[in-house]
Amino acid sequence: MTLAIAVGFLAAVGTWLVVRGGAVRLILGFILLGHAANLIIISAGGAFRREAPLVDGQLLAENAADPLPQAFVLTAIVITFGVTVYLLSLVARTAKQSTKVEDETIGRVESEIDPATDPASDPASDEQGGSS
Amino acid sequence: MNVDVAFLSTWALPLVFLGPLIAAVITFVLGASAVSRLIGLLVPLGVFAVSVALVIATMDGQVVVSQIAGWPGGVAIAFVGDLFSALMLGVSSLLVFTSMVFSYAAGLGIDRWFVPAVLVMTGGVYGAYVTADLFNLFVMVEVALLPSYILMSRRGTLTALRAARLYLVVNLTASTLFLAGLGAVYGVTGTVNMAALAGLGVLPVVGVATGVVVIALSLKAALVPTHSWLPATYPYTSPAVTALFSGLLTKIGVYALVRIISLVYEPGQLVTVIVVIACVASMVIGVLGALGEGTIRGVLTFHMISQVGYILVGVVLAGAVGLAAVVFYLIHHTIVKTSLFLTGGTVEHEEGTGIIKRLGGLARAHPVASLAFLLAALSLTGIPPFSGFWAKLGVLNAAADAGSILVFAVALIVSVGTLGSMLKLGSGVFWGTPKGMREEEAEETPSDVTVGPETVGATGVAIDVATAVEAPPVTRWRPLLVIPGLALALISLGIGLYPEWLLALSDTAGQSLSEPTAYVTAVLGGGS
Repeated sequence: MTLAIAVGFLAAVGTWLVVRGGAVRLILGFILLGHAANLIIISAGGAFRREAPLVDGQLLAENAADPLPQAFVLTAIVITFGVTVYLLSLVARTAKQSTKVEDETIGRVESEIDPATDPASDPASDEQGGSS
Repeated sequence: MNVDVAFLSTWALPLVFLGPLIAAVITFVLGASAVSRLIGLLVPLGVFAVSVALVIATMDGQVVVSQIAGWPGGVAIAFVGDLFSALMLGVSSLLVFTSMVFSYAAGLGIDRWFVPAVLVMTGGVYGAYVTADLFNLFVMVEVALLPSYILMSRRGTLTALRAARLYLVVNLTASTLFLAGLGAVYGVTGTVNMAALAGLGVLPVVGVATGVVVIALSLKAALVPTHSWLPATYPYTSPAVTALFSGLLTKIGVYALVRIISLVYEPGQLVTVIVVIACVASMVIGVLGALGEGTIRGVLTFHMISQVGYILVGVVLAGAVGLAAVVFYLIHHTIVKTSLFLTGGTVEHEEGTGIIKRLGGLARAHPVASLAFLLAALSLTGIPPFSGFWAKLGVLNAAADAGSILVFAVALIVSVGTLGSMLKLGSGVFWGTPKGMREEEAEETPSDVTVGPETVGATGVAIDVATAVEAPPVTRWRPLLVIPGLALALISLGIGLYPEWLLALSDTAGQSLSEPTAYVTAVLGGGS
């Protein structure tokens, strides 16, 4: 139940952040969505069994945690991490090249974003981009 | 012909994935040198050779399996080569080779990231074709996508970066959804082995869990209603990269959808109705959107959506007949679409623009490229004797078999739309008055109001006027840009003239897709 609520909360906040638009919100939103997906996988293995599967060569089947979802999640975390880093660098590069940080498809422009909450739209970095 | 199946399963199957990755490391270390460019050409050739061997080994319905690390079947991650995988490997490596030739001619080879990125991407794609594990499929798709993000943004212009961002966001959404679906599938079945999931879709929980994966994959395949990202991203990268993406990345989505839907779901389930509706909508919306686009690649990209509908509709129609149509159409489409993208890319590279309004009358100066375009466009429309004719015939046949008048009628009517969009490209870019001359004309005759309608309306008159005006000096297009597209168009013609072998192979592949017992026993049965 706790896991289900956590997944629901993460997915809701993540979706909200992604849909709100804004480069940094987008990235944070995807991080949360990724966590939600990872928790789904962890819960798929059954969160009530938490013992180590092999102790002194003995298999404790009834209480043993399922190692497979954990392996899945590890892989997924690494992939999400890589993609997030690339997304961040892409946003930084787009910001350098343009004074309009926001994506045209989202339809928001620079002036509508509060610089305090959106570091990517920092006017200083934009001026740099404009001069270069 | 004899093929050593043991060799294939032990070495060749893992190597189609690992080989390109190792080669990518080598080419990255070597940098942008002639050697790494050569490796970039040799790897797809090697994979093509493996795929030919695989086709020969599997053409009687046999399945080649490699249980990684020797774990027993069902526990191990299995790499599987059946006829469908083998054919996909073959056609993909072929298009990678031709696209590489084109990219080198277009000057992309000097970028030290280009060859390694393409190699990693193709490795992921080949891996996705041979894996029998859903989670492994997810990893393969990610392996293919990460370098594609690099290739997408490598052009560096602001529009390319924006397109790359949209592309990344869409694919990240799809991947997250895929991952959540995987969790759900594992939660309700306790396995992500595709063979172990065979036929389980009849259970509602498994059906819904797999449905999440299907939605994620249809986002990657750009099936309506998850299509709108495709025309907003693909046209903004380099032409060669668009050709590679169209032939590889959307095709992984299509391939995985074919594999999963045919394996997990049984005919007659609700999902089949949904897929048919999505496919019919794709056919119509794709072709209508293509008519409204103003650039060469815009038209071609929008058109892909329509073609994805054509390919996938057979998955849920008429069992083996429909699946055979899917296999044939998928192969035909990969070849022809890449040919069109490469020829269109040639125009963009040599004329400096892909905007149809600024082009025109190129056939006069560049007959070979125009011929390549004409052949591929006719094939895409489905006119005999090209491969597209047999592909469309297969779809219509499957629709008739399933008694689906809707699919039959829409598939026929949309063909007219296809012809329309190809005519738009043909008359706008290749035939008609050369654009440069038209502008000169306008400068020379002040009353261009009277000349204007004439040049548009009566082509014969327009050409006469155009020849009267002194033609600007014509630079010949680089032959290495033209040849890849022409070669693929000729392959399509060749398949159309001698379709029997590929039809027979598609039939066998469709048969084994609709009755996957051989696949399931090979993967689970602990085979060597």
